[in-house]
Amino acid sequence: MATTLQDPPITPELIQKHGLTPDEYGRIKGILGRDPNYTELGIFSVMWSEHCSYKNTRLLLKGFPTKSEKILVGAGEENAGIIDIGDGLAIAFKIESHNHPSAVEPFQGAATGVGGIIRDIFTMGARPVAALNSLRFGELTNPEVRRLFAGVVSGIAHYGNCFGIPTLCGEVYFDKTYEGNPLVNAFCLGVLRHEQIARGAAKGIGNPVFYVGPATGRDGLAGAAFASQDLTEESAEQQRGAVQVGDPFMEKLVMEACLELLATGAVAGIQDMGAAGLTCSTCETAARANTGIEIDLAKVPQRAPNMTPYEIMLSESQERMLIIVKRGREAEVQKIFDKWDLPWAEIGFVTDTGRMVVKNNGSGVADIPAKNLADEAPIYQRESREPAYMKAVREFTLNGITDTTDPTADLSQLLAWPTIASKNWVYRQYDYLVRDNTIVPPGSDAAVLRIKEDSLPPLPNGQKAPAFAEKFIALSVDCNAVYVYLDPYEGGKIAVAECARNLACSGATPLGTTDNLNFANPHNPELFYQLRKSVEGLAEGCRAFNAPVTGGNVSLYNQSPAGPIDPTPTVAMVGLIEKSEHITTQWFKAEGDVIILLGDAIDADDPLQGLGGSAYLQLIRGEKTGLPPRVDLVKEKNLHDTLRNLIRAGLVKSAHDCSEGGLAVALAESCISNHRARGTDTLFGANIDLTSINSSRIDALLFGETQSRIVISVAPSNGDKVIAQAKTSGVPAVQIGEVAGSRLSIKTKMMSIDAPVEELHDQWWNSIGRAMAST
Amino acid sequence: MNFAVLQFPGTNREQDAVHILKNVLGHSANLVWHKQESLGNVDAVIVPGGFSYGDYLRTGAVARFSPIMQDVQRFAASGGHVLGICNGFQILCEAGLLPGALVRNKSLQFRCEHVFLKTATRNSPFTAKIPEGTLMRVPIAHGEGCYFADEKTLNDLKVKDQILWQYSDAKGGLTETANPNGSLWNIAGVLNESRNVAGLMPHPENASEPLLGSADGRAVFESLVHSLANRANFQPA
Repeated sequence: MATTLQDPPITPELIQKHGLTPDEYGRIKGILGRDPNYTELGIFSVMWSEHCSYKNTRLLLKGFPTKSEKILVGAGEENAGIIDIGDGLAIAFKIESHNHPSAVEPFQGAATGVGGIIRDIFTMGARPVAALNSLRFGELTNPEVRRLFAGVVSGIAHYGNCFGIPTLCGEVYFDKTYEGNPLVNAFCLGVLRHEQIARGAAKGIGNPVFYVGPATGRDGLAGAAFASQDLTEESAEQQRGAVQVGDPFMEKLVMEACLELLATGAVAGIQDMGAAGLTCSTCETAARANTGIEIDLAKVPQRAPNMTPYEIMLSESQERMLIIVKRGREAEVQKIFDKWDLPWAEIGFVTDTGRMVVKNNGSGVADIPAKNLADEAPIYQRESREPAYMKAVREFTLNGITDTTDPTADLSQLLAWPTIASKNWVYRQYDYLVRDNTIVPPGSDAAVLRIKEDSLPPLPNGQKAPAFAEKFIALSVDCNAVYVYLDPYEGGKIAVAECARNLACSGATPLGTTDNLNFANPHNPELFYQLRKSVEGLAEGCRAFNAPVTGGNVSLYNQSPAGPIDPTPTVAMVGLIEKSEHITTQWFKAEGDVIILLGDAIDADDPLQGLGGSAYLQLIRGEKTGLPPRVDLVKEKNLHDTLRNLIRAGLVKSAHDCSEGGLAVALAESCISNHRARGTDTLFGANIDLTSINSSRIDALLFGETQSRIVISVAPSNGDKVIAQAKTSGVPAVQIGEVAGSRLSIKTKMMSIDAPVEELHDQWWNSIGRAMAST
Repeated sequence: MNFAVLQFPGTNREQDAVHILKNVLGHSANLVWHKQESLGNVDAVIVPGGFSYGDYLRTGAVARFSPIMQDVQRFAASGGHVLGICNGFQILCEAGLLPGALVRNKSLQFRCEHVFLKTATRNSPFTAKIPEGTLMRVPIAHGEGCYFADEKTLNDLKVKDQILWQYSDAKGGLTETANPNGSLWNIAGVLNESRNVAGLMPHPENASEPLLGSADGRAVFESLVHSLANRANFQPA
């Protein structure tokens, strides 16, 4: 292969700088039968980065359940998984991280995270119709954290709002562990008909390869490799150039044009240029189709002068697509892209050589077997050892912790704690209504989206699709990373259980899961242990709820100079609600309704009574320790099934799960979360009587986070029926009070909570806004 | 009725407008691509929301030069009804079809939330069927919705009864806290002098079905349909 004059010589230092080990370099030489040139070294380094190859996690990921009768495209096959939702319709969804870019440049980092995941979805032929996000920051008392938080939120808003996708729900946690290394996980869901599934395969020898979208620049150079290193202050500064710049307007045009083009049937294969840009899209499409591909970089639109082949191949300029067109139908592509005023170029063709051949003005700059490059990255079984801190966690008892003396003050503080407080400061910046399908907006346990005719991609000209009844998709994203830190396996299970519980509260049955594994350096055995055990927990959870994993993302090396982040395997789950009458929200509906607790108030087998790792212990007692609550997945599943049956029988008016802050916070949120309009909320009070519930500790009863509990409200005439039906199904159920008045009053054997709901609402609703006003 | 719903590059609420007109109200509604030179034979034009041309330069500033806008100008000048929603309102202001301008929200942030709208006059084809004395609960979703005009223009609007909607609280009070974007006089929507072109920042089309939490916005489209059907004549005040 040709080496150009400006190419640096391949030295051990250069190899190391590319994140490749001497062993890996040896492997590259073996594949090529010679030394790689500089461009080829760059190509291997991005394709064999963790971000693209999953080399440290591939073995673990095999433990995930990935099959069900509804899965049309499974995990790892394509850019996103696809699930059948009946009537010939399907959904494609996936979550992906943009952590390191967001740490360096929060606005563009987060914006391009949204752009990237949207491309993964329309690459599958689906119309993107919903976005979610899961965010983690340090504490808002730190001005730098506030800057990152504000930047990330406005970046997500900028991209999603302009593109025209509703950002329907999300989660935000604040914890010192994420200071300097925030997490930004973006999720997208799209809808399509079964026959519209597009493939990222370079099929058909001789077919032309098109480049579509804006010109290639030097931005985002080797971003995938950047994402696969520890984040240090030095790397953050140096790598600012590795952060891409997003243009949501361009992406909207590219999406509409691609869907219009796919409808013509002229496309043989399509793939977005995301991580590793032109490199990844060319070698992966060839590898999937067992073909080869040849491109000439001189034909690639370039926006910077004198770009080297290395730079063009590794650029992560945004909003670009690679399209393999059926030979003879090039004019149709040109017509559609001209209509949308989008740049396009024919840059190469499909071959039968199995090789990815890159030329520059006719002279070769890279020649690599596509399959070896795409699929044969080294796979590592990393060493794993239980972290030393786990001993202290296990030994923690409540002996030194006196019971609460002022539960009303505790509740008020918990509601104002940014992790628990209303996230309206965040979601009011997102357009969560565009496309006219938002049935349950942000602010309930799960968001609910309507699927109707215009949710789908266009059909070929003149073709009429069979009508279908509107469907409803519920979405939730969750992960209590403190639990995962304190017990990776149990914490992993709980992340899935909580997500499924949120769906059940909305009336939905889970269909599938996508996960984003945010962890620290896998070479550290203690940190790898967290990864291994929590993946086992996630897998167990997904099996229990019949919600197989359809794909996801791994983000390692999440640590700042202050240390590793808490292990954060974010789980996003999607469920189906067949009828609009079954859509349920978390807030109380009417004065006089009966409030019922489904599930055991306290887990009798848990010596910490649900306080281990709880928000109460962290915030009020300053202790981030103790084994988190256990979750019995069989019991949990039965709880969800029972709730869904009650909902379908038309008996449930509201359902809200107990999570951070326990029963008291769940009750308070049920009272205060019905937001009607700007400055106008429908608040309800409640009289709750817990005196019949035995508990040695009042703080555990009120704020303990025992799993498998849901607070529901029902019409007074249905109270006995609901309790009887729940008990018949084996779910503990007890009436704990009624919706009444304008105060939340919770009586226990010893102490009581009593506060005007208006005050609780103010604490909860305005807390984050107040913290941000001090910027 | 036959509606044209304009589609510029970056428009993103065109389907929302088509849905309410076609599926909810049962009329004909077709997308008209911005490069077309003629609206065809239509009863009214909707300029929907979105980010036409990515809001580059200034919201609505580029879209007004699209070929179709010439025909929209002709259509409006001949008395045709045109309703601009959100970005559509911005475009109509830029095109000189409506008075005033929309500038950055006072908060400097995008805002998506439900608001209450007080209908300031029912003397228009866009408000005639809104039940008297009622407020509409409809959402906003914009970053640049702060209505601005010089004092003379504002006074003219008032004198000529061209203010259609104002942001209010749940009791109809035109308070500062009820104003989501800093609009002068809490103005959410206005009318041209000849009362056939209107624009508003909120999205009545996203509040037109009970399933979506509010059907209040439907009255805007029903007013328009009713006025067209009855060839209602609204005289300047």
